[in-house]
Amino acid sequence: MVKPMPDHPSTTIEPGASIDSEVADMTTQRPSPQPGRGKLSARGVDFFYGSFRALTGVSLEAYSNEITALIGPSGCGKSTFLRVFNRMNDEIPGAKITGKVTLDDEDIYHKSVDVATLRKKIGMVFQKANPFPKSIFENVVYGPRVHGEKNRAVLRDTAEKYLRKAALWDEVKDKLNESAFALSGGQQQRLCIARSLAVEPEVLLMDEPTSALDPNATFKIEELMKELKQDLTVVIVTHNMQQASRVSDKTAFFLLGEMIEHGDTEKIFTVPHDQRTEDYISGRFG
Amino acid sequence: MSLVLAHNKRDSRILAQKLAFAAVALIAAAVVIPILGLFGFIAFQGASKVNWDFLTKNPSALDASGGIFPAIIGTAWLIVFTILLAMPLGVIGAVYLTEYGGRSKLVTLVRAAIVNLAGVPSIVHGLFGLGCFVFFVGGSIDRIILRTSKPVWGQPCLLWGACTLAVVILPIVIKSTEEALAAVPKSFREGSQALGATKWETIRRIILPAALPEILTGAVLGIGRATGETAPVMLTCAASFKPTLPQGLGDQAMLLPYHLYFVVTQVPNAKMDTKSAIALVLISFVAASSIVVILLRSKFKKARKW
Repeated sequence: MVKPMPDHPSTTIEPGASIDSEVADMTTQRPSPQPGRGKLSARGVDFFYGSFRALTGVSLEAYSNEITALIGPSGCGKSTFLRVFNRMNDEIPGAKITGKVTLDDEDIYHKSVDVATLRKKIGMVFQKANPFPKSIFENVVYGPRVHGEKNRAVLRDTAEKYLRKAALWDEVKDKLNESAFALSGGQQQRLCIARSLAVEPEVLLMDEPTSALDPNATFKIEELMKELKQDLTVVIVTHNMQQASRVSDKTAFFLLGEMIEHGDTEKIFTVPHDQRTEDYISGRFG
Repeated sequence: MSLVLAHNKRDSRILAQKLAFAAVALIAAAVVIPILGLFGFIAFQGASKVNWDFLTKNPSALDASGGIFPAIIGTAWLIVFTILLAMPLGVIGAVYLTEYGGRSKLVTLVRAAIVNLAGVPSIVHGLFGLGCFVFFVGGSIDRIILRTSKPVWGQPCLLWGACTLAVVILPIVIKSTEEALAAVPKSFREGSQALGATKWETIRRIILPAALPEILTGAVLGIGRATGETAPVMLTCAASFKPTLPQGLGDQAMLLPYHLYFVVTQVPNAKMDTKSAIALVLISFVAASSIVVILLRSKFKKARKW
């Protein structure tokens, strides 16, 4: 079981609140990411599909109430890396991972960890909206149902609450029992976000969530992300560099399975340290 | 360059196309004509004999006079029990093979066994059913539990006929269920697991409901196969002449295919129209039960769009 641990360090800490000095240091010093201080942390992660090495020595911290964007050309390993955090790669035959990945300083690859419980805490939104072949209502309450909620009234409130959070309620409130496939692509993706939120995760992983959507639907989801980071740690993989610069607080640039550079989005996009980062963001390749 | 082809060139290409289409149409007709011919022949010969009395009266004697009501009811019961046995077993088996089995040697072996089971001649199934279900299982129940020397379960009856037919159609059900499960989009599975559902919850709540219409296709194929089988039930269930309806699973029953077989081979001077009438009822039975399941399937299919 994953034990609940307090969020730190970037959750707002009231002045005068008694907290240990280490954390206090962190809150004053942050922007520059330090190892072991993120909500979500990867240290020295190597990942293999059979004999193919997809990730080499990747270390990254993702902080609460921030959006961390993973950018890089196709096949650079950013999606693989995202899936490391909710162990979706576990399902792939021949996949192997080394290194340490933690949520609130707890090793998520420890053999005592229950993957289902982990995924309840770390939700995921996929590249292509993947509503279940059920009604809109049943899609949103799928997670709560799986996790044991049976009370119809509670489920109804849950559905409304998270459809509102996903800015979809007004569009679907009169057709909750219709098929989720009747919705547009953008609505389906927001439904999937509502569905993820309904299990009350602490982290939301988003794998190119807008790549199949038109600019208007993309805009809505980006606005939604900014809302969501009030309560969550958000990690997003994106092909779209404008998107990364618009929504994210931190950006990590991946190339050929390695993380080349990681830091404040503003800095990455204005004064990157690495020539390769600069080449990529200025559109010279990718 | 002109868009108009030279006359001779165009003619030869169009001719080639016409020839190819004609050949395809001919071959298609060659497939369809025998099927239509078969139905037409049976219907033409037997239709006059099929009337209310024939369908609802008991047979009056061993000479194929009277009706075939007990055979229709017997077949109906047998198919219901066969499906009730084969569908759960087959679906569970397919779920194991596709979802849990992985690529172990055991699974490879089981798959090979299923393929081979599908190729076993039906009379061998009959012999197996007789030896395994009637004599061994039924006989053991009589000996050990009922402690009787007079056979109660140790004789052919609906239960053992259904068990034998379930074995016959198991490969069909497993194969089509496997295909149904594999056809469910991977994104549903990922979506469910990403929400913290376990593999079993995902199978039960997402995969199986999504695959249900295709699983029912397996049921349609199974019903068709099971209804027509004669040899497996000859030794395990069928009665030649029994002008009463079966009262329970422990009863022997008249069955349509076996009745046809009996009339054709054992009744001298049986009229062709009687034989064809039985065949017509048998074919209609398969068609009717398939249509019921197909309607059910389209009801489930309507609910989804992906």
